[in-house]
Amino acid sequence: MSPEALGKRPPREGLLEVDDLFVSYGPIAALKGVTLSVGQGEVVALIGANGAGKTSTLRAVSGLVKPAKGAVRFKGQALTGLKANQVVAKGLAHAPEGRGIFPNLTVQENLDLGAWLRKDGDAIAGDLEKCFSLFPRLKERRAQLAGTLSGGEQQMLAISRALMSRPTLLLLDEPSLGLAPQVTQTIFRILKDVNAQGMSILLVEQNAHLALGLAHWAYVLETGTLVLQGTGQELLASEAIRKAYLGE
Amino acid sequence: MKSFLPVVAATVVLAVLQLLLGTSEYFVYLTSLVGVNVVLAVSLNIINGMTGQFSIGHAGFMAVGAYVAGTTSLILKDDQLSFLPPAVSDQLFLLLALLLGGGTAGLFGFLVGLPSLRLRGDYLAIVTLGFGEIIRVVIQNSDGLSKSLGAVPGLSLVGSFVGKFGGALGVSGVPQRSTFFMVWFWVFVLVLLARRLADSSHGRWLKAIREDEVAAEAMGVDTTSYKVRAFVVSSFFAGIAGGLFAHFVPIINPGSFTFVKSMEVVVMIVAGGLGSTTGAIVAAVFLTLLPEGLRSLFLQLGGGDASLAQKVDQVRMPIYGVLLVLIMLTRSQGLFGTHEAWDLWKRRKPAEAKA
Repeated sequence: MSPEALGKRPPREGLLEVDDLFVSYGPIAALKGVTLSVGQGEVVALIGANGAGKTSTLRAVSGLVKPAKGAVRFKGQALTGLKANQVVAKGLAHAPEGRGIFPNLTVQENLDLGAWLRKDGDAIAGDLEKCFSLFPRLKERRAQLAGTLSGGEQQMLAISRALMSRPTLLLLDEPSLGLAPQVTQTIFRILKDVNAQGMSILLVEQNAHLALGLAHWAYVLETGTLVLQGTGQELLASEAIRKAYLGE
Repeated sequence: MKSFLPVVAATVVLAVLQLLLGTSEYFVYLTSLVGVNVVLAVSLNIINGMTGQFSIGHAGFMAVGAYVAGTTSLILKDDQLSFLPPAVSDQLFLLLALLLGGGTAGLFGFLVGLPSLRLRGDYLAIVTLGFGEIIRVVIQNSDGLSKSLGAVPGLSLVGSFVGKFGGALGVSGVPQRSTFFMVWFWVFVLVLLARRLADSSHGRWLKAIREDEVAAEAMGVDTTSYKVRAFVVSSFFAGIAGGLFAHFVPIINPGSFTFVKSMEVVVMIVAGGLGSTTGAIVAAVFLTLLPEGLRSLFLQLGGGDASLAQKVDQVRMPIYGVLLVLIMLTRSQGLFGTHEAWDLWKRRKPAEAKA
């Protein structure tokens, strides 16, 4: 069952396909049949209120929770049933909600951990430099304990750490959480650059305005079900979205 | 080659100390006790401190090591390698018994860790506490276990081995082969391993699990596997500690490996600072010598009356408790936090090089 679509989605090579996904925590159903897809080089946003199931969707994709039903395919391969650590090896990197950095390790150690599945030492050094050029603040603070960074810097670190595994698809959970508007804008500007370099992104966000501004395609999630989809621009213009999520 | 150098150096130093001081009985007893507790604390710190999993059943694994190593030595008591001096031959047999004890404890660590390390926090603590007690209670009823095992075809040897555990009475007559050298050799090996582990990428993954298990998993760390590995290493050394213990006390019985013993080790690492090997060592040394100091103090207070001094064991836990409360109030991260003595040295060195 596919929700009503606003606007036309430009065709792209398929990357991630989520098919009729159900997730429950004990008796509580968090997802009730979510079907979505992400194409190569695309930014897809998943917006919705608290408790709509945005985080659950990401966690089911990256293997952190087991779906009760449904399938997840990545580059045509089934991911369902794989554990989180095996999913990373397939090329999905998850920057979890609340940043999930390692506070008592240094910035450098955090980044090294992002690359821990990789064996290509030279390329890792190159990617590290790339991360530092995206986020120069991290370079200044590479020897500092990650827990002493500001919230925005921690979020930058979480994104960089996810990028260090050189993923094909980046899963981002609420990168704007608890950050000052200015910092959030910086981060979204950088995400745009990252995407321009070819990275596909699946973004979960409460800040619908920013998310829709960045996304090529977006889904609206309400209590475990998708209710609307469309291009970022069309959704931004839609009356229903403006009322429900943009507070206008 | 470089990695063997410290081991060779330590062996020489320990051998010299052994020759100089190894004859004083009280010295050997006291240093052995301290050494065993250091091994227990540093090994528990690998799982509780570095990996952040709260295990409180360390005494159970110590018991496994003590019984297996002690009984092995008891069986091999009269064997000698005739081409070696008797003292050296004894030490080799002791080493064999220790490795058997440690290996069995490691195996038990694997069996206990595999199902229970999927749990987190308090739940893991409860399960490890339970397993520690189960091990002790099973040993307490070893006579019945020995009969049952003996009835199973193929396990009669294990049955008769367990039969020597002596139930609640314990094992006595284990040859007193433990030496200052052997105890501190293991202390050295473990501390070296703990230090190298902390600096290695393996250790960093363990720390990542401690910091944020979900994030570590999202990075691709197979968290269960790494937790089990840490638990097995930790249990192996608890078994070694138990084995050493069995070779310098006159008798081992289940009463030596109760929950109180587990808590003693937990107190040591919490007081020293969870995650700090230095802290574990300092706290283990201090908390082992404290009752000894109290004992001689009480002996003087009592004017040579030994009955007062014997009460030390009864007041030890309240004193630990007060100490722990004081440390938590004034320095909640423990004496050393997660810092190590050798980090100071390392940090100073590049600074000096620049100057």
